[in-house]
Amino acid sequence: MSNLPIFDVAGSAMNAQSVRLSTIASNLANADSVAGNPDEVYRAKQPVFRAEGVPGDASLAGVNVVEVRESTDAPLKRYEPGHPLADAQGYVYAPAVDPVAQMVDLISASRSYQANVEVFNNAKELALSTLQMGR
Amino acid sequence: MSDFLGIHGTALALREQRLQLLSANLANADTPGFKAQDLDFTSALQSALQPNAANGDAIEAASTGARFARPSSQPSVDGNTVDGEREHALFAQAALEYRASLTFVESKVRGMLTAITGQ
Repeated sequence: MSNLPIFDVAGSAMNAQSVRLSTIASNLANADSVAGNPDEVYRAKQPVFRAEGVPGDASLAGVNVVEVRESTDAPLKRYEPGHPLADAQGYVYAPAVDPVAQMVDLISASRSYQANVEVFNNAKELALSTLQMGR
Repeated sequence: MSDFLGIHGTALALREQRLQLLSANLANADTPGFKAQDLDFTSALQSALQPNAANGDAIEAASTGARFARPSSQPSVDGNTVDGEREHALFAQAALEYRASLTFVESKVRGMLTAITGQ
């Protein structure tokens, strides 16, 4: 039996999906963080996944998070002269985060995470039964 | 030893290879451009059982030779061809098949142990 690359594969996928969940949490948490300057506004983050060979077997694809990219969408400009952070013209800038899209992404990420946990548990059970052979 | 286990030792090893491929598919369900891979178990087993096949490498070679990219039933914009639900079902089935092969190997081992210990 090999050195169980399924665990590497499922583990890398769980890691990638948890990075995705963290960025979504960060995006949702900062959806209302306004700033008085368009350059200082929070920008939505999104991880970029790429299939990459696992250590034991280069032809078997695990998931690697290549980078976490920041959104280039222009911040939303709101006229709120009473806001303490408003600039000289009375505008504040809010990040261009779409909470609905983020929630959809959140569900997708947690489903994928669950699928990989299931794969992991299944593989673990099979490996244990194989190790106990003949007892 | 591999003669003693007959077809089941090879089958078990190949079924594990297939489980690995299916787990990689599920892992890459959200990776852009990833093509789902599968193993044609019948042809892999046939080529691994060729009489001239070397013992350890035969399984590796057979599983590499029988790999194919499985097309998706629903094309997606990012070029990914993994169908989550289908992959799930195939993984469950493959795990069951692994268990079946394992049971066969195990009963062989038990038989040998009974013969050795004479109990």
